[in-house]
Amino acid sequence: MKKLSKLLTTAAIATGLFAGAASAEDMRIALVVKALGIGFFEAAAKGAEEAASELGGVEIIYTGPTDTTAEGQIEVINSLIAQNVDAIAVSANDTDALVPTLKKAMQRGITVISWDSGVAEDGRQMHLNPSSNPLIGNMIIKLAADELPEGGEVAVLSATTTSTNQNIWIDEMNKVMGNYPGVEVVATVYGDDLADKSYREATGLMQSYPDLDAIIAPTSVGIVAAAQAVVDAGKVGQVNVTGLGLPSEMAGAIESGASKSFAIWNPIDLGYSATMIAYHLSKGDAVAEPGASIPMGRMGEVTLDETNSGAMADPFVYDASNIADFKDIF
Amino acid sequence: MSLAETQKTAARHIPDRLTTPLARTLKSWESLLLLVAIGIFILNSFASPYFLNAWNLSDATFNFTEKAMIAFAMALLIISGEIDLSVASIIALASTAMGLVMQAGFGTPAIVATGLVTGLLCGAFNGVLVTRLGLPSIVVTIGTMSLFRGISYIVLGDGAFRGYPSDFAWFGQGYVFWVITVELMIFAILAVIYGIVLHKTNFGRAVYAIGNNATAATFSGIRVERVKFILFLLTGLMSGLASVCLTSRLGSTRPSIASGMELEVVTMVVLGGVSILGGSGSIPGVVIAAFVMGLVTFGLGLLNVPGIVMSIVVGALLIGVIALPRIYQNLRRT
Repeated sequence: MKKLSKLLTTAAIATGLFAGAASAEDMRIALVVKALGIGFFEAAAKGAEEAASELGGVEIIYTGPTDTTAEGQIEVINSLIAQNVDAIAVSANDTDALVPTLKKAMQRGITVISWDSGVAEDGRQMHLNPSSNPLIGNMIIKLAADELPEGGEVAVLSATTTSTNQNIWIDEMNKVMGNYPGVEVVATVYGDDLADKSYREATGLMQSYPDLDAIIAPTSVGIVAAAQAVVDAGKVGQVNVTGLGLPSEMAGAIESGASKSFAIWNPIDLGYSATMIAYHLSKGDAVAEPGASIPMGRMGEVTLDETNSGAMADPFVYDASNIADFKDIF
Repeated sequence: MSLAETQKTAARHIPDRLTTPLARTLKSWESLLLLVAIGIFILNSFASPYFLNAWNLSDATFNFTEKAMIAFAMALLIISGEIDLSVASIIALASTAMGLVMQAGFGTPAIVATGLVTGLLCGAFNGVLVTRLGLPSIVVTIGTMSLFRGISYIVLGDGAFRGYPSDFAWFGQGYVFWVITVELMIFAILAVIYGIVLHKTNFGRAVYAIGNNATAATFSGIRVERVKFILFLLTGLMSGLASVCLTSRLGSTRPSIASGMELEVVTMVVLGGVSILGGSGSIPGVVIAAFVMGLVTFGLGLLNVPGIVMSIVVGALLIGVIALPRIYQNLRRT
């Protein structure tokens, strides 16, 4: 213990020497993810690297804990603070638990933003959502309507009646129905995000509405089950399944033709945009305040709302042309 | 005292590290571990320019202080031949209880008391099952590991308690003076207390005796079940204390809090030279092991080594430090 305290004192003196040597380097932006080894985040890291090479003079530190714990993320962030990185962009395992640590980072002059999974307001300068509820609501009906130039009957297969996200998206979808004349929502059913129940509900829809043209499933469980139900009912080509899904799970449905296209956020774009925002905020040529616009390179710019959060873009559309590139990623 | 006779007849000797001669101390586990710790410290200072910074090292202590608080009590428990795998779940339950008390509008003293009492009750529950019903502690605590955290999940679901009073943050975010955090101070005080209890009191000797030969200990007049029950109580209490610190540091409670921490605590204890079979070990060893684990994870973190590689290093370190003396012994014997 005595030895340690002695070393601690010498340490304080030594720091001054080292600090000078480290300052002339590149800007270091840390991309902190929920856990390492997850395809979605590996893809986001690719996007971050893309942004770094586009900007030049930026080093990306891609890091995160072994499993998705807040404690693990705090350890990682503590070591990033110790390294005095320029910016931290984090997808949080816990909205609240990271706040004290991230506050400390901001006190020491580090730019802190959250992306994908947010941090409470006082723990970050801004939050980047992959998309927004109105954009998602519009996208799911647009995907169905684009295949129905003459109009037609569509049905919604949602998660549970109480799923907050799905209910909001369906509401937003209903608000923009006027833009898609001739397209009519004939029913909304709930598969409870269970594969077998979603499958039965989808089958039931096709029996109740023989002229059904599309099933919109804004849930990754429902969309896969609905595609399977369409294949099993021999209705490929008659009923198009669309909505929100994961490329890895939907590759088969795209191949079989049960689904012409579906949407979800693109992790590469997300990592790219988060890096761009962190760069501009850290450099000081953009400010995170309500109403501000921050440039995101090829993704345009993000406008912040009153909680300092903003939406990146429309959900990204996956179809036969690009599914092969993404199905191994997430 | 019949304890001396037990010492002679028991298969293994009862070690008492404090009275060993200097030469034996130098060859001891603690010295080996201290060498490892110093080696890691020096390596780290060369590997990263950010390591030798008082504030950074102060931040790094959070990597081990909470775990070490539990590790002290766990060391005694393991020396006595028992184990408690429910400690991380006790943290979750205690944190949940504190959240409920906080929501009911009580202040910091009541919140802290709730955390400690919940820990004690959980420890008592484990202790009763093991000592009264005679169930194996590993089975009981694997059960309560799910039970305690399960209750937290029922109470909280996917929600969280937040909005702890600002003075509550002192435990996990406060400083006593300069870079010495409150948690580090608690750690240091506990190290002294547990060191004295284990190495200088009758109770401590009883713990060793039970771990070496519980039957012999019973016949020499030690109330084995009572000692073990107290050790479970202590482990529960320490988990409650760790819960206070961790909750204060995070400023919020989620049922997934501290998940997986029980194995890190056991790792720390075993790395500290405590025999997993019971009967031997020391508090100084656990203290050094805490620093070793903290320094390794922080040093590797500074180099941005992925967590997966980090767990491999900690695993290899554990096996290496345990295997080396054994290999050395075998070589000397042949």
